[in-house]
Amino acid sequence: MRRPVPDTGASLARIGRRALLIGGLQAGVVGVLGWRLYDMQGRRSGEFRLMAEENRISIRLIPPVRGLIHDRNNVLIAGNEQNYRIVITREDAGDMEAALARLGSIIALDPDDVERTLRESRRRGAFVPIIVTDRLSWDEVTAVGINAPALPGISAEVGQSRIYPLGPDFVHVVGYVGPVSERDLERYPDPDPVLQIPKFQIGKIGVERWREDALRGRAGSRRVEVNAAGRIMRELDRRDGQPGDDLRLSIEAGLQNFVQERLAGESAAAVVMDVTNGDLLAVGSAPSFDPNLFVRGISSADYDALLGDEFRPLANKAVQGLYPPGSTYKMITALAALEAGAITPETGVYCPGHLDASGRRFHCWKGAGHGQVALAKAISESCDVYFYDVAQRVGIEAIAAMAERFGLGERHDLPMSAVAAGLNPTRSWKREQRGQDWMIGDTINASIGQGYVLSSPLQLAVMTTRLATGRKVVPRLVVAAGGREIAPAPAPSLGLSEGHLRAIRASMSDATNTREGTAWAARVVDPALRIAGKTGTSQVRNITAAERARGVTRNEDLPRNRRDHALYVAFAPVEAPRVAVSVVVEHGGGGAGVAAPIARDIVLRALTGDLPPLSAYPENQRGRIEADIEALRTRLRPPAAASPTAPGGGDRA
Amino acid sequence: MSYLEYSVRRVPSGPAKILHLNWALIVLILAVCGFGVVMLWSVAGGRFDVWADAQLTRIGAGFVVMIAFAMVPIWFWRNVAGLAYGVALVLLVAVEVAGAIGMGAQRWIDLGVIRLQPSELMKVALVMLLAAYYDWLSPARVSRPFWVALPIVLILLPTALVLGQPDLGTALLILAGGVAVMLAAGVHLAYFGVALAGGAGAVSAVFLSRGTGWQLLKDYQYRRIDTFLDPASDPLGAGYHISQAQIALGSGGWGGRGLMQGTQNRLNFLPEKHTDFIFTTLAEEFGFVGAVSLLVLYALIVAVCLRIAMASLDRFSALVVIGIAVTFFLYFAVNMAMVMGLAPVVGVPLPLVSYGGSAMLVLMAAFGIVQSAHVHRPRQKARP
Repeated sequence: MRRPVPDTGASLARIGRRALLIGGLQAGVVGVLGWRLYDMQGRRSGEFRLMAEENRISIRLIPPVRGLIHDRNNVLIAGNEQNYRIVITREDAGDMEAALARLGSIIALDPDDVERTLRESRRRGAFVPIIVTDRLSWDEVTAVGINAPALPGISAEVGQSRIYPLGPDFVHVVGYVGPVSERDLERYPDPDPVLQIPKFQIGKIGVERWREDALRGRAGSRRVEVNAAGRIMRELDRRDGQPGDDLRLSIEAGLQNFVQERLAGESAAAVVMDVTNGDLLAVGSAPSFDPNLFVRGISSADYDALLGDEFRPLANKAVQGLYPPGSTYKMITALAALEAGAITPETGVYCPGHLDASGRRFHCWKGAGHGQVALAKAISESCDVYFYDVAQRVGIEAIAAMAERFGLGERHDLPMSAVAAGLNPTRSWKREQRGQDWMIGDTINASIGQGYVLSSPLQLAVMTTRLATGRKVVPRLVVAAGGREIAPAPAPSLGLSEGHLRAIRASMSDATNTREGTAWAARVVDPALRIAGKTGTSQVRNITAAERARGVTRNEDLPRNRRDHALYVAFAPVEAPRVAVSVVVEHGGGGAGVAAPIARDIVLRALTGDLPPLSAYPENQRGRIEADIEALRTRLRPPAAASPTAPGGGDRA
Repeated sequence: MSYLEYSVRRVPSGPAKILHLNWALIVLILAVCGFGVVMLWSVAGGRFDVWADAQLTRIGAGFVVMIAFAMVPIWFWRNVAGLAYGVALVLLVAVEVAGAIGMGAQRWIDLGVIRLQPSELMKVALVMLLAAYYDWLSPARVSRPFWVALPIVLILLPTALVLGQPDLGTALLILAGGVAVMLAAGVHLAYFGVALAGGAGAVSAVFLSRGTGWQLLKDYQYRRIDTFLDPASDPLGAGYHISQAQIALGSGGWGGRGLMQGTQNRLNFLPEKHTDFIFTTLAEEFGFVGAVSLLVLYALIVAVCLRIAMASLDRFSALVVIGIAVTFFLYFAVNMAMVMGLAPVVGVPLPLVSYGGSAMLVLMAAFGIVQSAHVHRPRQKARP
């Protein structure tokens, strides 16, 4: 040791000075650190506290219970059922494959589900419950429950799922729900966050879609504390959502069922309307399909079968089907002429069986002609030449305007999918759409509901209602939402001459209730239930001169898609109309032979509230009708009890 | 002071040394350790057996080491300084070689009871060696270029080795500790001015060369710098930890959220919460009051050490104490600056608080040397 070092004193003093310098620098750094602490914890603490809360709290949605849909008598059309499903949580289950194998020994498991579950479990966090299978029966749920000790990490959960207890009867009206698709999300500019919930179902078509806002309700939420990995640590609070509004429709489920069964086997549509307030009592379209298939996820084979069916079961022909209205349009032509003063009910026209105009010959359906014809006979016997003549007198514009007053060519505001507007052709329409000038032949074709004229069964029912009442009755489908009754739209007078209307109604009555009338065979003999109606047989093909020369081919001999559409519009009872009905049977043949008997059965069912009474039918038809009604009775659904349910109740059919 | 004066003083010996320990320093160190144990208990979710009990054992062992080192005369430490440096250097090379021959990148050597990090050892060994160097060197030569170059080599050798591990944080600490001893020893300030200017030039060169053909760092290293400068630019990647740490720190407010009430801690938003980022939990749960208390405790420890250094009567004691004080200071300053977002995340633990064995033992041993310097300072003989 060399101690002491000669100049220790001086060097130690220098070290001391440097130590002070170092201490000063350090004090500066400590000051900066302290200031930073003050800045972050004192001044800006609120800002960081907020960020910590945002980190910590996650808001989870509670899906709302979807509103129920009832018929006018509170029969459940669309309800919610408990849907039991099995979920597995990896961190509790441990070995996933072994756990699923154990589960598979208790309930039947689809190998695809097992595969999907394993795949998903590898992708998701260990604490995320994964749905293994759903729509379990109660027995399966209890089997899993009993074996719970042997199945760690596996539990049964309950969710809500849509069910349509009346099956195919209402699918065209009410539609169905399905999982949210990308397209659905695009439809809403600001999608409700509830749509992001996996497996959340929204209305796809029909009332389910067009009243989605009311039916969906508002999601509740629970604020949960999550950790950095997203696991829920605890629930902080919960705000219950609002269940969707229940809807009550104007449809009567029993009548709807009757209509669907009566139309079965045809490609047809029928609309029944209450003429007093516009309530749609039945909107039938056949064939139909079971909406529950779509809710549960339809197999591609089933879907292809529906798509490929030439009777087009997926289409709601009652509102989206457009057909030439044929002779059912004649009341419009006649009223247009009467109101314009072009004719009076007594104005006579001679029908030789055809009319020549601008170098073409237009035929009456009755080749031999009707002879001298005035309004009453023209409608009841459906003389075409009378309307060819009258239409030329009044002109197409007046006819189209009259059609519009009767709701033809109007897209009625109803919560159903693809409600069609139809078409009442005018000169300007043809110029704009076809780039052609209007021809006299166009007026002649339109006068009997052929040519460019297109109407839907719904529009024909509205037209008939307005004919029966003289008022602008508006169809409605939803009569109450969320417990609040919806008043029918006011039905102001159409402003037509009551005398003209009475003449038209009388001629429609004659068409059904006189021996010469086209629908005589489909008459009702009970005076209290008598029907006034008009047949229509609309051609879907041109009949060439050559064919006419050798005799028009009968419908039965034509391929189906070339046959005429059969139409019938009617109101009843004649003296005090209560209901109006329209029936269209695609390629059915003659309106009198095919559509009118269907309409008669439907009207009788609607008026009596029960199976048509045999006494209402002409005596000579009763034997055949009795057998038909008996056959129908076996197919009908037994009357369902009205279900007075609380909103959001999990009804099970 | 004259030889006569010196001769009338004597160095404490025997059990009397205990009486001459710097008890203020011991109390401060134990207070900081106490903070650590409480925080480790809290970050473990109120469980003692996860980290806190092991930490307590280490504190106990470290305390024994500190007292033992304190009892050893300070001149012994001066005499073994070269040996300590040599051993640390050999060990540094050994882990480097072990990593190179396929045992994976390692920074420590497993001694059975403890995993020793040679780089931790080097921090103290380098300070000791430089203190001994300036003790030996005539004060007149301190600023001569050759005698300045020599310690620079002694500093850069371990710095480069640690940088290659790669452990940027520890390398910076070693470098700064060594430079601090040179500064304290009285090397002319012009050298430091030149070094600072050179450093600034190097930093600008690093930034200016970015994107050019001769850029000095790898792209990912530049991205790390970006993330440091603006953590929000990468909130889900590397910036996530910095952002979460700052949220925890800031959300503590004045009084803190209460022990184990810090949501950032409890819900695992914090990274490395028992080691490098433990200060964020402390700041979250004890707030500004708690965080500043710890800062003050640290500052007092450094102040006490500097006071011991200034009271020292030989150059080795003064310089080794200053070096240790600066090293300790850099530890907590860099760690705090890092979690507060004032410095890049370089992986420096919070001294005496973070969970970890090597750093704790080495620091305690270093404080033992500080105590030794204090105890073995010649004192006025008690009047008869």
